Amino acid sequence: MSIKSKLVALAAILTVSGSVGFATIAEAGGHDGAEHNAYHPARQSWTFGGIFGKFDRAQLRRGYQIYDEVCSACHSMKLMSYRNLMESGGPEFTKDEVKKMIADKAVPAEPNDEGATYADGERITRPALLTDRFVSPYENDKAAMAANGGALPPDLSVMAKARSLPHAGSGKEADNIFFATVAGIKEYAGWVFGVARDIVTQYQEGGPDYIYALMTSYEEEVPEGAKPIPEDKNFNHIFPGNAISMAPPLSDETVEYADGTKPTLDQHARDIATFLMWVAEPKLEERKRTGFMALVYLFILSMLMYMVKRAIWSGQKH
Amino acid sequence: MGHHESNYQPKWAIEKWLDERLPVIRMMSDQFIVFPTPRNLNYWWTLGMVLFFFLIIQIVTGIVLAMHYVADSGLAFDSVEHIMRDVNWGWLLRYMHANGGSFFFIAVYIHILRGLYYGSYKAPREILWLVGIVIYILMMAAAFMGYVLPWGQMSYWGATVITNLFSAIPWVGDSITQLLWGAYSVSQPTLNRFFALHYLVPMILAVFVIIHVWALHVVGSNNPEGLDVKTKEDTLPFHPYFTMKDLFVAISVLGIYAFFVFYMSNYMGHPDNYIRANPMVTPTHIVPEWYFLPFYAILRAVPDKLGGVIAMFGAIIVVAIIPWLDTHPIRSLRYRPIARIMFWLFVATALLLGFLGAKPASGWYITASRALMVFWFVYFLIILPILSRMERNNDKLPGSISEAVLGKSDDAAEAR
Repeated sequence: MSIKSKLVALAAILTVSGSVGFATIAEAGGHDGAEHNAYHPARQSWTFGGIFGKFDRAQLRRGYQIYDEVCSACHSMKLMSYRNLMESGGPEFTKDEVKKMIADKAVPAEPNDEGATYADGERITRPALLTDRFVSPYENDKAAMAANGGALPPDLSVMAKARSLPHAGSGKEADNIFFATVAGIKEYAGWVFGVARDIVTQYQEGGPDYIYALMTSYEEEVPEGAKPIPEDKNFNHIFPGNAISMAPPLSDETVEYADGTKPTLDQHARDIATFLMWVAEPKLEERKRTGFMALVYLFILSMLMYMVKRAIWSGQKH
Repeated sequence: MGHHESNYQPKWAIEKWLDERLPVIRMMSDQFIVFPTPRNLNYWWTLGMVLFFFLIIQIVTGIVLAMHYVADSGLAFDSVEHIMRDVNWGWLLRYMHANGGSFFFIAVYIHILRGLYYGSYKAPREILWLVGIVIYILMMAAAFMGYVLPWGQMSYWGATVITNLFSAIPWVGDSITQLLWGAYSVSQPTLNRFFALHYLVPMILAVFVIIHVWALHVVGSNNPEGLDVKTKEDTLPFHPYFTMKDLFVAISVLGIYAFFVFYMSNYMGHPDNYIRANPMVTPTHIVPEWYFLPFYAILRAVPDKLGGVIAMFGAIIVVAIIPWLDTHPIRSLRYRPIARIMFWLFVATALLLGFLGAKPASGWYITASRALMVFWFVYFLIILPILSRMERNNDKLPGSISEAVLGKSDDAAEAR
């Protein structure tokens, strides 16, 4: 086969598998078969996506405000320290701002001079310092579960990297080998296409996309056609199994933003997802900045090496 | 090593002095400067250098990570996050190490497929091939134990599933499993010994890499034509021809690697591994790292536990013994059209099995896994031995490497 016919064949394969793949993705949307079908979670646009991605400082500050006023009532963030709030690449509050923000925070104190941590049955506390970890709402997991009807509100420190949008897939019973083959080719093509699309778009934002979807896809009533859920649970389209213990945490005007931004549910969801992404990956900006320089350097070096190789081999048949 | 004449001439007095006591410069000169290498090697022969780069990257980043990591089931997860947040350039070290593991496997799979396509396992390179398989198995062991160290959900449950496989071995299975665990389940002793072994195995691997290079330098490189080196005209010195070519490729691959390290940092991992290990909560789908997926699919395709384990290890063993399954006198598949088609079917099988390994073990996924598993074994145990007898010798086979190189008209023919 000549190069030309090979290229034509490759183009044909790519076109066919690409269209099949795209059709599969478009059709499947992202639901897992087991969950309610009418809902399609989407990829959102984020300022921190892509090669030159950066956090929006104002958005991070709003996100912190939401965490502080809403989420932190139940969710801990044990890997974060207050000092992180003033570090570069984050919300970049000033030292004075952070000090003011934590003025009313009390953390469990170290044993006092008598070696006691409790006085009159109460945990002794002291004012929070910049170096302290974010104060947790409960003393331990058991206490958290007791206060939340047996459900444990997960720590949010790396939440934005611990979730992603569900992948398409069927896994239906194969009636015969023919069906299995057709379904297999279709789904495999969809998968290859999906991977290619992820790489081309540097898709890393499955976590924030999931958080945004979780915040915005609550239903007051179980929709028609969906499986019923237990009395004490809430219906959410994207949560696996649809029955989530957490009541809808955000709605329009849940938080009155310090910077005057219009407090819609959509805005709240985007801001908290962005904040959680920064919390999970505080070095994201440094990473992307360094990465660009590394890529440029390696590209130039690789081109130079190619010229070296060409020059050395120019006199040799091979 | 090597059976070409040494032409090293010590220039300075100190070189001469050293050469009479420990001829290390002579060895370097003979093996890595003037070493005669077939002139017709194509780009698929550059993966050795790429693999060497990744071995070094893994060892260097790994040693520094070990300075900050804590192998304690209560602290491991947090110590990894400490590296990500508070250690200078810690995020870079960790992402280089995690993605370096994946790229090590990408490179080794291409390297293995190159060997399969051009018949690099055939006489006199059987030992070279077997040592390569040993390196591959050590890589899998190191990678598996490394994935356990962050002590996330996939770490914990992956370790549970894989170590449980050993319990399928009759009589001694339970003892072996408990020895691996150091307890009655995956727990603190398991993490601690996996950390120790994760540090040890790459050192053993490095020794086998030296043996691999040694074996290579005894018999010399195979080449795309699959012909033996006959004359001096068939070869070129390793340096500068192949050092510079390999470096060009290695640096280009590093570029792709950097793209993943910096921009797709967690793409080849699993989100569940950012959830702390929890023995009380089993993830919906337990999925191993992507490079184990074809074997994982085979494991699950067999309805019996012991049968699945045998099939999984058997799938690697048939690759190891291919020098004695494919005994056709022509090495390169360039001159074996039927075997070539079968080879690509095998590649497709491996890729599809990898895809199926990531899917739940139900429905048509299982049906397809079974069919493909059968083809895997049929390819090695039936198709290759039969083709060894039946496939005709090809009259297009050139007489020598020089003839193949000088006889062709343009570059298009080379890409054939």
